[in-house]
Order: sequence, then structure tokens, then C-alpha cells
Amino acid sequence: MTTIRLNGEVVAVTAVTVADLLALRLDHRRPSGVAVAVNAQVVPRDDWSRHALVDGDVVELVTAVQGG
Amino acid sequence: MSLEIGGQTLPSRLFLGTGGLPRVSLVDPLLAAAEPALVTVSMRRTSSPAEGGLLATLQRAGIRLLPNTAGCLSAGEAVLTAELAREALGTDWVKLEVIGDETSLLPDVVELLDAAEQLVRRGFTVLPYTNDDPVVARRLVDAGCAAVMPLGSPIGSGLGVLNPHAIEAVRAAVDVPVVLDAGVGTASDAALAMELGCDAVLVATAVTRAEDPVTMARAMRLAVEAGLLARGAGRIPRRASARASSPTTGRVR
Repeated sequence: MTTIRLNGEVVAVTAVTVADLLALRLDHRRPSGVAVAVNAQVVPRDDWSRHALVDGDVVELVTAVQGG
Repeated sequence: MSLEIGGQTLPSRLFLGTGGLPRVSLVDPLLAAAEPALVTVSMRRTSSPAEGGLLATLQRAGIRLLPNTAGCLSAGEAVLTAELAREALGTDWVKLEVIGDETSLLPDVVELLDAAEQLVRRGFTVLPYTNDDPVVARRLVDAGCAAVMPLGSPIGSGLGVLNPHAIEAVRAAVDVPVVLDAGVGTASDAALAMELGCDAVLVATAVTRAEDPVTMARAMRLAVEAGLLARGAGRIPRRASARASSPTTGRVR
């Protein structure tokens, strides 16, 4: 298990990579319309399947919602 | 005469914000009624696959998206949010908002200028939400912003253009498009903004929270068009006293 802070909440996850995390949370390893930052750096989509998560990572997972 | 921002020609002078949208099923009728050049969206944390409904609908409609950095309180937050939006949506355009506090929602112009400089360096087309201040507008253009978006009045207030002279001063101060942002409450506010010299108007809750959003969307489209035409037509000067329009001679006595 890896303990990360995901969207502000400390969680323990089985995910090894960003793509694993997306599969856990969004049911898809390459969901469209979302972006991921790890430790305040955007992880490009093409790197999701090889970017490893480590204990203490701060992960932001965002999508577009309504807003002016 | 079409509007060009950042080298792109836009098909209309109305920008539609999706904030306050009561249901996603309104998207298609609103787009049909408003015929906007683009729509704005916000970037927010997500944790379930169902939250992409609005985005999927907008992408199906093929409308240009302008992600905003709404709610950001620092340049750092805004830059990261813009980077996330670029990655998620595949657009370099960003409506840059950096607010000073969550009560007034007024721009923090120090952080705004810092964020604008950083984002321009990173290749973004930056459209900053700013005060109705010509000096700040000029600084933002010097930083490389592709447009400036002064507020007419506080976000969501519906108070319209509270200081028309300031909007005219912003228009005169910069040579990039000026988009009236924030405060529009009804169609006449949008028409006034165009008459004052704005190149486009952004409306969000004036439409989405109207009793009949689709009819208000159409009213906004017509108001922007009417304001632009009126500006081009050259209004009569204001006078302090009356001036007869009927002939003053040949009256029946």
C-alpha cells in the first residue's frame, strides 16, 4: 500500500502508478478530460502508466466542471 | 468585423459562462440561443467517473472551451490550475482569475500580474479577469496578455456596469480586445458594455440563473449585437436641455 494525499485527503491505495490510481478512482486508466498533478507538477497523460506513486505524494486529480 | 484574440478569429462577441447552470440538459438550447464564441469552465477535484457530464456535452457540441482559474488566491495556485486545464482540455487559453478574498471576489492584481507573466512565458493565451483600472490593464498587456477582462461590477452581483467611464478608460488604454466580465445582470448591461467600446461580453449567472435561461441567452446575443451596431452608428451627444425634432416652422396657430 502507498499512502498519498489525494485531493486533500490522506488515503492508502494499492496503486503503483498514476494510471493505476485513475483505474481505482475513475474506472479508467486513461480517462479523457482529466488532469493529474503530483507534488504540484502536472503529470502528462503519456506518462501516467509509468509515473510511480510513492508514500507522501500529494496528488491532485481534476476535471472541468461548470464555472464562469 | 470579427473579433480576433490570440491569433484566433472568434465567431461571436458573446462569451458564455457555465457557472450556475441548473442542469446539463440546458447546454444545447443555451448554445443555440446565445451562439457564443466560447464557454467557460472551472477545474475542480474529481473522485468519481460521473462528474464529467458537462464536459462531455460541451465537447460533443464542439464549442471552444475557456477554462478559468476561479477561486485561486495566489499566482502559484492559478498557474498550476492553468497547467492542469491545458493538460485536461488540450487548450492553451485560460481565463486567469486570482481573487483577493472569497467575500468580495475582487482581483488581487499583484498576484494576477505575477501569474500572467508566468503563464505567458509558458505559452498560454492569457485572458485576465481584472479591475476596471486602465493602469492595471496596461500592465497586463505589457506582460503579454491577449485580452483584458475588466469587471463591470462584482461577480454575480448583477449590478451591471457601475463605472462606465472606467470601462472607456480601459478601452482607451490598451490595444488588445476588452471583454466585459462580471456584473452583467440583464441584456441592457451587455449592450452598454459594447456601446462603451468593449469587444465582447462574458455572461454567466445572468443567463444561467435567470428565470428563463434560454430566453435570456437569446436576449444577450441580441444585446451584444445591438450594442456593437449602436456604437458603430455614432450616438447623438447628450444635452442638458431639449431640442425639438419636429420642424419649428409652419406650426398651426
